[in-house]
Amino acid sequence: MEFLGLDLPSYSWQTVLGSAISGVFLGSIYALVALGLTLIYGVLHIINFAHGALLMLAMYAVFFLWKLLGLDPYLAMLIVVPGAYIFGYGLQRGVIGKASHGRDEIILLVTLGVSIVIENAALFFFSASERSVLVPYDLDGIDLGVTYAVYPELIALGGSLLITFALWLFMSLTDTGKAIRAVAKERQGARLVGINVDHIFAVTFGIGTACVAAAASLLVPTYAVHPQIGYLFVLIAFTVVVLGGMGSFIGALVGGFLIGVTEQLGRLYLGESMGVITISVIFILVLLFRPTGLFGQRSG
Amino acid sequence: MTKRERILGWAFIVCVLALAPLFITSNRWIDFLELTLFVAVLGQGWNVLGGYGGQYSFGHAVFFGTGAYIQALLQYKLGWSPWLTLWFAISGTTAVAAMIGYLSFRYGLRGSYFALITLAFAEAFHVVSRSWSSFTEGGQGVQLTLNQDPALALATFQFSFGGPFMKAYGFYYTILAILMISYAATWWMEHSRFGAQLVAVRENEDAAEALGVNAFLVKMRAICLSAAITASGGVYYVQKFLFVEPGIAYGTAKSVEALFAPIIGGLGTVLGPLIGSFFIHGVGEIAKEAIHGVFGDRPGVDLILFGIILVLILAFAPRGLVGILERVWIRLKARGDA
Repeated sequence: MEFLGLDLPSYSWQTVLGSAISGVFLGSIYALVALGLTLIYGVLHIINFAHGALLMLAMYAVFFLWKLLGLDPYLAMLIVVPGAYIFGYGLQRGVIGKASHGRDEIILLVTLGVSIVIENAALFFFSASERSVLVPYDLDGIDLGVTYAVYPELIALGGSLLITFALWLFMSLTDTGKAIRAVAKERQGARLVGINVDHIFAVTFGIGTACVAAAASLLVPTYAVHPQIGYLFVLIAFTVVVLGGMGSFIGALVGGFLIGVTEQLGRLYLGESMGVITISVIFILVLLFRPTGLFGQRSG
Repeated sequence: MTKRERILGWAFIVCVLALAPLFITSNRWIDFLELTLFVAVLGQGWNVLGGYGGQYSFGHAVFFGTGAYIQALLQYKLGWSPWLTLWFAISGTTAVAAMIGYLSFRYGLRGSYFALITLAFAEAFHVVSRSWSSFTEGGQGVQLTLNQDPALALATFQFSFGGPFMKAYGFYYTILAILMISYAATWWMEHSRFGAQLVAVRENEDAAEALGVNAFLVKMRAICLSAAITASGGVYYVQKFLFVEPGIAYGTAKSVEALFAPIIGGLGTVLGPLIGSFFIHGVGEIAKEAIHGVFGDRPGVDLILFGIILVLILAFAPRGLVGILERVWIRLKARGDA
């Protein structure tokens, strides 16, 4: 098969469809990691570079809860998610907010500094070796005809849809959700009507961190934990957020699926290592030609 | 500080750096100085665009790596002299910078968006250098042949089989020369019309445009100068280690190293990256020694500290160490005058 002068291998439609379906499963994880990122961007108008490091940290927490207490990774969510919320709230209130003097470009650098500290602390304490959680059901699953889906993949897909829906409900129905949306739209106006903006920033950061901790629980059964894992996911999450439109939940979901499918098809046609470049290319093209993404409203 | 004080200060720094090898006998400290100056060069590259221009690049490795790869591949594939390839390395990287700059600035990417697109370009180059094996030798990297003939040491830009002086200090003076040229270029920029326009764009792009500054052109010139300085660091790296591979060239480590020094030292100052580099590597060495006694050799200690210092500087001294030193200097002078 020829495409743009490249000689691509031909595959049966079953192989292509199977690849695309596994891309959907992969994409659901990307969407969940991107969800927290897009929420924080929507309100604070900054890219949180520490997002990947927080994902990695939460994955270690899930791993050690399993290793030391024998807690199932999915049950660990009940501990890790509230813990991550408190950690994220404290990080924004105590470090990022204080150090940045309210200037966007400084926040960017502070989150980068925080990510470097967390990543290297993990390297220092846990070393670079990979650690995996062994669950009894990690190879069981359902035969979909063209591909085989294991339970952890199915749970991740269901989980990310559910969490996106729950977050949307929270933002639409609760007072805190409304306050967050008010701050996102008009910071100064929100302050004038009596909303504590610093508190809302920290709450948003806490929820974003809680989302990434939920993603960590869903990831751990299929991915080994190591200090660099957050970086690998967050690069893709940036692409998802930009593609979906910074600040848009539905964009994060759709973007996640699109990127997951593209990556798997890229791997199929261009090979394991070159396939990944499709993500960088999409990223650059979207940034250049449509920085508002598919569903975004605010222009860059 | 008056202009005379500044010039005297620079003369003092250059003398100390030029004469330092006379007083240092241990190879370890020469290596430490070389590394510090190397990072100070990368830092100045970042500083031209990030410090003076306010365009924070998170993927400056793309310029370091491209310079290093051109320098290595032209020698490896075509057998060209390193003294010839270095011009291609620097101008080729500048061309890449012009392309990235054209795309980013033409489409008006600022702030987070600019940081992201530079990161994406570094990642794309990383993947290509790893995957396009027939051209870049892939993940195993490019290994240049070691010249063992002392007579050709200078011609091959490889000093390890040169005379005793060249062997010990050749690369120290190489990186010092690169540092002085790049710092002089930055000094020139700071005092030129172009530098003033660049700072105006950093402070308020719309206002600068309203006053007739062509912000696009100014940012293009800044990214090209920035890339040329960073690429010269790549040239030095290849000649010193005779090796380059995708992770070294385009990994995040170089991008991060390049921005620590200027932010900690003082954004938008000529001296900042040098002071910052000395400070972090000094602290890093001390920390490694201290930790070594307790935990043995473990990776990550220095970067944990660099990250903490970065956040503390951003929080308490946004003008960096240069800002602190200037305040101390002014206070000392006031006391002297009284």
